[in-house]
Formats: sequence, C-alpha cells, structure tokens
Amino acid sequence: MMRDILVPLGAGTIFGAGLTIGGMTDPARVRGFLDLFGNWDPTLAFVMGGAVLVMALAWMLQRKMLRPFLAESFSLPDRNDITPRLVGGSALFGVGWGIAGLCPGPGFAALAIVPGEAAIFVAAMLAGMLIVRLAEGRG
Amino acid sequence: MSLPGFPEAAPLAGLIGGVLIGLAAAIMLLGAGRIAGVSGIAARAFGLAESSMPRAGAWAFVIGLPLGAWIVTTQTAAPAPAFAGPVTLVIAGLVVGIGTRLGSGCTSGHGVCGMSRLSQRSLVATATFMLTGFATVALMNAFGIGGLR
Repeated sequence: MMRDILVPLGAGTIFGAGLTIGGMTDPARVRGFLDLFGNWDPTLAFVMGGAVLVMALAWMLQRKMLRPFLAESFSLPDRNDITPRLVGGSALFGVGWGIAGLCPGPGFAALAIVPGEAAIFVAAMLAGMLIVRLAEGRG
Repeated sequence: MSLPGFPEAAPLAGLIGGVLIGLAAAIMLLGAGRIAGVSGIAARAFGLAESSMPRAGAWAFVIGLPLGAWIVTTQTAAPAPAFAGPVTLVIAGLVVGIGTRLGSGCTSGHGVCGMSRLSQRSLVATATFMLTGFATVALMNAFGIGGLR
C-alpha cells in the first residue's frame, strides 16, 4: 500500500536531513564527541538530547494509542533481557563507530555527500551484517 | 551560535538536527508503529534480517536518508567533510555491521528510540557503545592514528 512506502520515505528523508544539519555526516565532528579526554566537541550530545526529548513525548502519546495512525498495529521490541550478545555486539559497534566516526544512519546519508567513501563504508557494513547471518547459519 | 569553552561545537545546529531526527523517529513510531532503527531497517532492506516490516518500506526509509542529506547540502555551502581512508572505512564498516547485528541496534534504535522509552536493553547498549567509542578514539589518539581534523 502507498502509505507503507510514503511514511518510511518521509521519515527517512527527515532523518537524513536532521543527521546532516546536526553535523553527524561529518566524521570529524562525531570523533570529536568521542574524544572525551582530548579536544571534546559536545555537539553530538545536543543532537542526541534533541532527538530523545522529541521521542520521549512521542512515547507518551504512543502509550495512549490503540494503533498507529497509518498502520494496523504497533510492531515494537518487547525484550528486557541483558545478554552477552547485546553487550558484546554494542561494544564492537562502539569500536567501529570510533574508528571512522560513522554509524549506520550517517553512512547512508553521506552517500549523497561523499558518495565514494560512504559507499565503501556502507558496503563493508552490509558485509559485516552478512557475516553475522552466515555465522548463525541462516544464510 | 557557539558554546563557551568549546569553539568547534555547533549546539544550535545540533539541537535542530536532533529535533528533526526525533520527529522522523516519531513519525515512524506513531505513523507506522515501528522503531526507526537504521541498522535493523537497512538489514531488512538488503535481506540480511527477518522482520515484519514490509521490505519496500525498509527500502523507502533507507533511500530517504541520502535524499534528506542531499536536500540539506543543496541549501548550504558547507565544504565536503573529510572521511577516513578506504582501508579504515572497510575495517570500521565491518565492525559496525557485525556489532549492530549482534547488539540488535545502533545509535538510532538504541540511542534515540530505546533510551527515550527507558528500555533497559537500550540503556545498556548505548552506555556500552559510548564507552567503547570513547576508548577507541582515546587509544587511536594515543598512538597518533586516525585523526581527521
């Protein structure tokens, strides 16, 4: 259905615009935030703070809703268990994030800014995802 | 606008960007009933994860990201940012891809959507990738590698 395309397309576009305005497509700025013990750049904290604030309001609204505005039902994660996989995976992700100053969202967004470099990062990231899938025997 | 003591910081642009990211995530949550987690949606789009999300919708979200970035860059005269070299990008990309699948999310899913929901898993995940991110940059700086600016 049309709305199944237009809602994520609109959300993705606003998301990409926000990442770019907030400086998250500039790896030096992201690494500046992660450089806590050096020349620290707090900009990412403002990006995260603004996003979390708006989403906290959205969650308050969501709790009063029986179903989403443009879909049949909510499909939300409901797990609460802290596993070694969650912690180990997140630890690895942080290492990769720190190495190049890129996480998945800015990687895709940067395809429109520095296509060559961003494509290398995105291709390697997808390869990493494929490795996990193959290792789990669900290739 | 600048922040006293942090000449390179861009707090206002950061806040505006953050509010837009929150708005996009809110549209996904309240409109589509889903978490705007980029790593999960991308894995779904490229057939690397099972999900109830329609694959066309996952593609639409992923395509929107560079579209939004493109719209912003056509309106501003900012110079192209410096990226790491190809070998570094490959290593970082591989580690990010493996880590986000094992950890079930990244900065958007855990950091923005999960933290704002006070999800225990997301709070732990975000604290973990922040800590290892800090440590990685500190170590690379200590050995004089990876500087971009």
